[in-house]
Amino acid sequence: MEGLNIPLNHILLVSTLLFSIGMLGLMIRRNIIFILMSLEVMLNAAALAFVAAGAHWGQPDGQIIFMLILTVAAAEVAVGLGLVLQVQRRFKTLDMDSADRMRG
Amino acid sequence: MVDMIWLVPLIPLLSSILLMLGSATLPRVLIGLLGVCSVGAAAVLTLLVGLEFLANPQPFQLTLWTWMQVGDFSPGIAFYFDGLTLVMMSVITGVGFLIHLFSTEFMEEDASYARYFAYLNMFVAAMLMLVMAENLLLLYLGWEGVGVCSYLLVGFWYQNSANGQAARKAFVVTRIGDTAMALGLLLLFTELGTLDIQAMMGAADQQWQVGDRLPLIACLLLLGGAVGKSAQLPLHTWLPDAMAGPTPVSALIHAATMVTAGVYLIARTNGLFLLAPTAMMIVALVGLATLLMAAFTALMQSDIKRILAYSTISQIGYMFLALGVGAWTAGIFHLMTHAFFKALLFLGSGAIIHYLHHEHDIFKMGGLRSKMPVTFWSFMIGSAALAALPMTSGFFSKDQILLQAYMLPEAGPWLWLGGLLGALLTAIYSFRLVFVVFFGEAKTQPDGDTGWRMALPLVLLCGLAMVGGYFIIPVAEVFPAASTEHPAHWVEYVSISVPLIGLLLSYLIFHSGQLNVDRLVNSSLGQSLRRFWFSGWGIDWLYDRVFVRPYYRLSGTMLNEPIDAIYGLIVAINQTFNHWLAVSQTGRIRWYVASMVFGLILVLTLALQIPAEAL
Repeated sequence: MEGLNIPLNHILLVSTLLFSIGMLGLMIRRNIIFILMSLEVMLNAAALAFVAAGAHWGQPDGQIIFMLILTVAAAEVAVGLGLVLQVQRRFKTLDMDSADRMRG
Repeated sequence: MVDMIWLVPLIPLLSSILLMLGSATLPRVLIGLLGVCSVGAAAVLTLLVGLEFLANPQPFQLTLWTWMQVGDFSPGIAFYFDGLTLVMMSVITGVGFLIHLFSTEFMEEDASYARYFAYLNMFVAAMLMLVMAENLLLLYLGWEGVGVCSYLLVGFWYQNSANGQAARKAFVVTRIGDTAMALGLLLLFTELGTLDIQAMMGAADQQWQVGDRLPLIACLLLLGGAVGKSAQLPLHTWLPDAMAGPTPVSALIHAATMVTAGVYLIARTNGLFLLAPTAMMIVALVGLATLLMAAFTALMQSDIKRILAYSTISQIGYMFLALGVGAWTAGIFHLMTHAFFKALLFLGSGAIIHYLHHEHDIFKMGGLRSKMPVTFWSFMIGSAALAALPMTSGFFSKDQILLQAYMLPEAGPWLWLGGLLGALLTAIYSFRLVFVVFFGEAKTQPDGDTGWRMALPLVLLCGLAMVGGYFIIPVAEVFPAASTEHPAHWVEYVSISVPLIGLLLSYLIFHSGQLNVDRLVNSSLGQSLRRFWFSGWGIDWLYDRVFVRPYYRLSGTMLNEPIDAIYGLIVAINQTFNHWLAVSQTGRIRWYVASMVFGLILVLTLALQIPAEAL
């Protein structure tokens, strides 16, 4: 294959970085919209890893899984945003720490 | 006329039911009349039947109906009437009538007047059932009936919980004996196939030889019942506590009638006991041990009723001694004379207690001789009879017992000596009571002397206690003939003189003070003996340690359900884990994420530790 040839390790590093950023965001953000965005980032990090691995070994599976992740992400956002609206209506806030109703 | 004997227990029973139903509505005069007259009517009927029987002394049997029919077992509601039954019925209805009459004055101000007479009448009915029963099952019905009435009457003043305690003790302790007796009945039925007393003794005579093991076991089981009911060692501890009941109750139940039921039972089944000489010997030894133990204890008591209670135990010990040596007639004779003089003493003490504001301590009385003359003479005569001074009723019966005990081969003289020691102690403690209560300086002021309803029974019983010894009880047909041999004259003289010596000693110690026993009493040995005897030879203490407290401890442990604790532990562990998990359910997403991430890292780290080949 001609052209730009990025080593797999580098792509995986980027993917790991993206995943970690997303996870960190998930753990420290309180706003539910940012939580959802962090989730998207994590999903895309995973998708990137799949695509890179598929390209590396010349297998189509990586791209098929990428399509699947794309679909899952879309579905997740659809449901997630619906929930966000509900949360906003019920609690008048998007801060998830102040919206906890469970007491052990 | 003799066909009417079923009316004798029925009248008090009906009266009892009527009193129970009408306790709230009947006027007090009517209650008293009903209670007294029903027993009076029973006494008159007994007298008429007795006169007819004496004219033609043939034992007879009266079956009213079949009680139950189970296979071969068909006990009837049936009465058997012979000389022994007549003696018992006369004592129960006669003395019972006098005590009922006494009660109308004694209980006059009590709120539960009707309840009292209802119980008392029911007791008389049950006791009559006991002595008239033709089979042992009906006897057992009466036996339990009197036990229940005793329980109800001991705890009559139930507002004081100590009285309830005493009632429960009386019930539980006698129940131990009754269980033995029930086992005895089962054994007799399975072995002999019948519980009809006369048929059973006939069958026993044919099936068993003298000295066999089965009659011995059966007799010992029956003896267990008798020992419980008659307050003999080792089941005597309930009787002193039973004095918590009203005093006429003590006179009727715990002196004259119910406590002698054990004596009656052994006398009634004499055919069985004759087949087991070992059992007879045990009866005699139980009687001797009890009479000595109780006499020593009575010497130390200061509560007037407890003195009388221990003296009752002691006198029943004499009856057991008589039965054990085969002096059946003498035993029953002593039962009768004892009923007269002990009822007299108890009623006398009831009069004292009634007019001294429920004072029981004899050392707080004193000098009552001139203030309560009727009671004083009652006590003089009663104590003389109790101590068996010559010419009183107690003398004739006790003398017979001692002489016949002496005639028993081998052990006889020893039993006689023990009985003599008991007689000496009896004389000392009974006159100690008289001297302390009626002589000396007056310490209290009685409210007056007895009214006629108290005085009349006392006077009549005085008469009976004096002349009762001249009665000839018609039991010759019931018992095997006693030996007609007489012991040497010196034995008789000693037996007669010992109570007189006791009286003299008592006079010197407790009245004139010429014989000073203070040094003896105050020595350390004297003090410890005194405490030991005062506590009734520590038997209550022993039972408390051996039975009552371990039982309480066991039931206390069981109350906390130790088995359940195992399951409780499982529940507690589950709940703890649940609690830990529940705490983690905070509802905070960031917590969930963080724990997931760190958990994942942990798991992955651990997984990486495992070498690849192992996977």
